[in-house]
Amino acid sequence: MSMNRRQFVQVAGSVALLPLVGAGLSGCSSAVRSGPARVAVIGGGFGGATVATYLKKYDPKLEVTLIEPKTSYMTCPGSNWYLAGLRDAKSITHNYEGLKKRGINVVHDTVSAVDSDAKTIKLAGGKSLSYDKVVVSPGIDFKWGAVEGIVEANADKCPHAWQAGAQTELLKKQIEGMKQGGTFVMVAPPNPFRCPPGPYERVGMVAEYFKKNNPKAKILILDAKDAFSKQGLFLAAWQEVYGDMIEWVAGKDGGKVTKVDAATMTVHSGYGNIKADVINAIPAQKAAPIAFTMGLTNESGFCPVNMLTFESTVKKDVYVIGDASIAGAMPKSGHSASSQGKICAAAIVNNLSGRAMEPAQHVNTCYSLVASNYGISVAGVYSLQEGKIAEIKGSGGVSPKDAKAEVRQMEASYALGWYASITKDIWGTGA
Amino acid sequence: MKKSLLLIASVGLTLVAGQAVAVERAQMLADNCMSCHAGGANNATIPNLSQYPASAIVSQMRAFKDGSRPATVMGRHAKGYSDEDIVALAKYIGIQGQ
Repeated sequence: MSMNRRQFVQVAGSVALLPLVGAGLSGCSSAVRSGPARVAVIGGGFGGATVATYLKKYDPKLEVTLIEPKTSYMTCPGSNWYLAGLRDAKSITHNYEGLKKRGINVVHDTVSAVDSDAKTIKLAGGKSLSYDKVVVSPGIDFKWGAVEGIVEANADKCPHAWQAGAQTELLKKQIEGMKQGGTFVMVAPPNPFRCPPGPYERVGMVAEYFKKNNPKAKILILDAKDAFSKQGLFLAAWQEVYGDMIEWVAGKDGGKVTKVDAATMTVHSGYGNIKADVINAIPAQKAAPIAFTMGLTNESGFCPVNMLTFESTVKKDVYVIGDASIAGAMPKSGHSASSQGKICAAAIVNNLSGRAMEPAQHVNTCYSLVASNYGISVAGVYSLQEGKIAEIKGSGGVSPKDAKAEVRQMEASYALGWYASITKDIWGTGA
Repeated sequence: MKKSLLLIASVGLTLVAGQAVAVERAQMLADNCMSCHAGGANNATIPNLSQYPASAIVSQMRAFKDGSRPATVMGRHAKGYSDEDIVALAKYIGIQGQ
């Protein structure tokens, strides 16, 4: 776009006037305060770190503050590979130096309260900050007690490892310490939950470890559901790679767990009372606590949003992305959260500059490793259809059945490539 | 004086809005590609699109879409984009003029 001399003079003049305008009117209207708009982001995971990054990319003048308690962040994607010993902890852990280099103000603290009328955030450390827009990307919390015995007090005995970090380390130690020929029981959660293929990737990764180190071990999945993501591919692959080591029991066949007795390490279900050596109990899920205290959730336990912009339908100038949001057909995945973060950043920048938000598209790709050389994927491309995020007809879907070993090997290497790229895109520190 | 300042202020604001930052649909589509195509350490398998000719992004997306280039996952992605969107998004990623 070329600019003639007269336009240039107008632009230059308007820029020069801006501080004066801000100073003159700041007492009258908060919308025309001086200085750049301030956007606060709560949560530094896949959604939060992405929205912060792309806000600065789309409008470098914005003042972007990201609030995240952790100084280093172990990702859930890749944590199953870590359980199998295919990756070390460092290679799936990211710090926030990359975000600071992008001009984002990173605050390692916990949000204690948000006043969405006054537009202020109080931090546990005592500080507070004001915002013009806030993006909430806090992830999940667990519905403790929804099954008897699956309670927070037992989380160290029967780890979920569904928030990566200490729980992942704990489960890894239990897998490595399991007696020869022992039984690993996974209690798989009901929908909706974070990372739909995740539990099923995990059992493959645990089997990869057992195959080498504990070949007579058994893996039993007691599932609240009757079907799961990439089911046909997983079931065929388990048989092909691990023989009879892995058994999956659907909810309708007795897979629904009624009680976990951590003291006797017994899992009660319609399938029987199973004596286990390791219990990986993944509870039912809801949005993280801050979504509830801010009043952003509905009866589902997650947050309804305008699916064009991700602005909460409950509170103005509050946006919710990632696992905590209700995003139509998009699965609760790191890739979905990142895709939503980009669109949300665009929506905020367009809103602040008085431009209309054009409907765009979303992308998700979930790779799962069945074994170190065996990858499968599910992909989705989404658009806004009648106000809801829905799959674009004819696109997306899962890896083919009966593919050659080379194809599975290629998808296994793409899984690692995906991880390297998306973490570089988000944290600037891809490994 | 106050009135004239407000007048200047409103003219100034109008001009600012006219020059304001906007994010277009094509840029949003392009930025989605960077989840997988940003490169990164140990990523020998997925091309980094910032070092990829823009014209090849268009030709390869078309080939993935019509199936003439076999793929594991890209066919499933490419079918989600209109021909116009493919051309538009390639203006935001890849080496322009190549």
